[in-house]
Amino acid sequence: MNLILLLLIPLITAVAVLLMRNANQVRWTALAGASIQFVAAFALLYFFNKERAAGNTLQMLFEQQYIWFPSWHISFHIGVDGISVAMILLTAFVVIAGVLVSWNVTKLTKEFYFQLILLSFGAYGFFISLDLFILFFFLEIAVIPKYLLIGIWGSGKKEYSANKLALMLMGGSALVLVGLLGLYFNTPERTFDLIKLSEIQISYEAQMICFPLLFVGFGVFTALFPFHTWVPDGHSSAPTAGSMFLAGISMKLGGYGCLRVATYLMPHGAKEYADIIIVLSSIAILYGAFATMMQKDLKYINAYSSVSHCGFVLLGIAMLTKTSMTGAVMQMVSHGLMTALFFAVIGMMYERTHTRQVNEMGGLLKTMPFISTVFFIVGLCSLGLPGLSGFVAEMTIFMGSWEHTDIFHRLATIAACLSIVVTAVYILRAVGRVAMGPIKDSFKDLPDARWNEKLAAVILILGIVAIGTAPFWLNDLISPATELIKQKIMLAQ
Amino acid sequence: MNEYLTIMKSELVLTAILFLLLFVKLGSRWKNESTLLMIQLLLLLNFLSGFFFNQNGSLFGGMFHTSALIVFQKNILSLAVYLISLLFADWLKKHEHLTEFFILMLSALLGMFFLLSSGNLLMFFLSLELATIPVAAMANFDLDKKISSESAMKMILSSAFSSGILLFGISLIYGATGTISFAELPALLNGSPLQILAFVFLFTAFAFKLSIVPFHFWTADVYEGAPMATTAFLSVVSKGSVAFIFISTLYTVFKPMDAIWYNMLMILSIATMIMGNLFALRQQSIKRFLAFSSIAQVGFILVGISSNSPEGLSSVIYFVLIYVFSNLAAFGVAAVISSRTGKERIDDYKGLYQTNPFLCWVMALALFSLAGIPPTAGFFGKLFLLTAGASRANYLFIGIAALNMIVSLYYYLRVIRSMFMEKNETPIGKIKPDMSTTLGLIICSAGVVLVGLLSWIYDYIVKLV
Repeated sequence: MNLILLLLIPLITAVAVLLMRNANQVRWTALAGASIQFVAAFALLYFFNKERAAGNTLQMLFEQQYIWFPSWHISFHIGVDGISVAMILLTAFVVIAGVLVSWNVTKLTKEFYFQLILLSFGAYGFFISLDLFILFFFLEIAVIPKYLLIGIWGSGKKEYSANKLALMLMGGSALVLVGLLGLYFNTPERTFDLIKLSEIQISYEAQMICFPLLFVGFGVFTALFPFHTWVPDGHSSAPTAGSMFLAGISMKLGGYGCLRVATYLMPHGAKEYADIIIVLSSIAILYGAFATMMQKDLKYINAYSSVSHCGFVLLGIAMLTKTSMTGAVMQMVSHGLMTALFFAVIGMMYERTHTRQVNEMGGLLKTMPFISTVFFIVGLCSLGLPGLSGFVAEMTIFMGSWEHTDIFHRLATIAACLSIVVTAVYILRAVGRVAMGPIKDSFKDLPDARWNEKLAAVILILGIVAIGTAPFWLNDLISPATELIKQKIMLAQ
Repeated sequence: MNEYLTIMKSELVLTAILFLLLFVKLGSRWKNESTLLMIQLLLLLNFLSGFFFNQNGSLFGGMFHTSALIVFQKNILSLAVYLISLLFADWLKKHEHLTEFFILMLSALLGMFFLLSSGNLLMFFLSLELATIPVAAMANFDLDKKISSESAMKMILSSAFSSGILLFGISLIYGATGTISFAELPALLNGSPLQILAFVFLFTAFAFKLSIVPFHFWTADVYEGAPMATTAFLSVVSKGSVAFIFISTLYTVFKPMDAIWYNMLMILSIATMIMGNLFALRQQSIKRFLAFSSIAQVGFILVGISSNSPEGLSSVIYFVLIYVFSNLAAFGVAAVISSRTGKERIDDYKGLYQTNPFLCWVMALALFSLAGIPPTAGFFGKLFLLTAGASRANYLFIGIAALNMIVSLYYYLRVIRSMFMEKNETPIGKIKPDMSTTLGLIICSAGVVLVGLLSWIYDYIVKLV
């Protein structure tokens, strides 16, 4: 399968959206583009598995390489392995759901969809890049649409949040840039090529400098403690689809970068700094969970719980075992789907009740059975109910980290496990307050979900259940790739 | 004879156009619109002629030399002047002394052409004067505004001061080495204290022209007072030409003193980026804002220059090319708004997107390019400058530069925020820019997008270097 297709489809959709005359045409064009991309992502999964089943054991499949800037040795090098395929699937799910729930955006509809599709373009490009220059290029492409989405279509203190998000993420990418330049100049042939970089031995000193730069830089995107402060503000101010993209796709760019670039290329650095990252991510997990308990606003609840859940991703990566890293990728996919659904449901509720305060809601199950049921499901997924994706991912991470027998790793794992209890408290409390209890008079005549909202929710729930009930297909997809990373770490003894 | 014609072709074409304009001024009764159209066509011809019949060589005993690289640099400047004639048509058409403005501008451009081709410090000094004095007159072209004369006065005083320093440096160099020829100097430079002193004086003169901190004080005032077209010329063409000659002097003539100027460049670059950025944060006037942003951009150019490598040279030229498109686009939009409504404050741009989406998108593209956000060309330009600078393995320096990109992003986003996000009861009304301005803005936007993505442009520069 030609991977360029994954970039062309959003690009053509974006141009087509700009050419449309009225809002309705824009919506349907965007939906058509997202659907085609959705199909393309599944086609990619199919062809990928077919190639692997046929015995193709190359690290990267469907590779293509075109020289771009010969004098800097930069080439447009793309290809996918299991991790990328999983992330592309996640992106396709979130994009189609995001397009569907934004059906009611009336302010500057054309520009809104253009930004959404541009953001997805950046994400797809990021996940298929095998050259660190174009990886960085796509990483930065995805920042400005977020800024505009929050600043123009957001609510509350949107300008402040948009600025904070853009500056912090660009700060992260500045660190990434310096780290990448460090890598570039510490290789004999000066290359940004991921495959070539993985084959050569980068000196210990260079790794000690570049690893923290890259890991923290990407970590800012994934809410690495203490650089998580953009998350609550950004998510709460963003429009519904903006929050979904932010949490579902954008935060995953960082996790992917931490794993694929920082950890994979610099195993020495990863080993030396692993303990610090474990401490930081354990803090993020616990702090995020406890901070969520104090929140009254549904969007803040999900934003802080995202900090906590993304902490699991970084914890899984820093534990450096094959199982834990597989779990980290699964957690990225699972959290992406779950949090996108969470924000979608919050958006639906807010649109009807005009409040996001937990205390002001109640009894919504009676008037909006569909929306409330979805809220239940996503809440259960968030607290890790078996059968849904959250359980599978977190369980895998815990299993991976328990492979370490020393007290430090055990303590970190136990601390992370404890957060699940806290999660259960705040999720059950929120769900109970919102869906159960006596209903307010003003909420009695509220309509339930429309077709587009139902479709979006069903698509995301299907994803969550597919991972939760049959995790092996995702596991089989990811683990060969994490196995390679593990081997590289083992060699760095 | 033929040799003189081809080697000095750019200068001769420009002189011919200058004379033609003089006759037009004396003889014609044309309306401003038709004169402007003719001038635009002549400038387009001037730009296009830069691509044909080029010959490398040197004349007048090494006083004047040219090469494919120098011709390319001249073409960039010609392109910028052509774009200025398009973008500022709105203001120019209303001006009673339209022809004189272009005569002055082309004289300055001629000076820059000689500057780029100079092979001798004396030639260098003369052409730098020719490139500066007409610009001071141009700064005075808002004839009924006091602030415009003030800015011209500041400009002429500060450039006279820097010329004095430059002459002093030249005489010291002559005293220390016994020659002022670029070709003979490198062999005679040995880093003796007198030579270092002379070099510092020379460097200071460059720093004045490039408005490197701490020699930047004239910039903001002059930029603010001068008409927008002059400001654009100053910040793009003047800066570009001086950056070209600066880097080629450092890389060829003063190469033996590399260790000395590397440290100077590093310190000044950091100071320039930080000061430019910090002052830009608080500006309200769009002109002062762009003035300080251009100071910060020069700081980035210095990062590239400091690498002292072919990559540094090519990335600086590439960056200036990108800077031409992005800065001119920003000035172009500001000029249209200012000439129609007289509004020049960033707060006046609030709610502009509701009425003028085209202008807003051009401005946004230009500012994103200045901030270095992909997919605009500025991303590639800045990245290559930093990559070139990083080849010296000074990661702290590169890290500071990268962090400065964030600060600069903050104030570029401030303008974007005004235009796209903030509400305004009485936004600027609908503006329909005229044909040539629209054409100029489209060319600039196309440049901002394509110069980065089309890698052969960069490769072309690399082959020239």
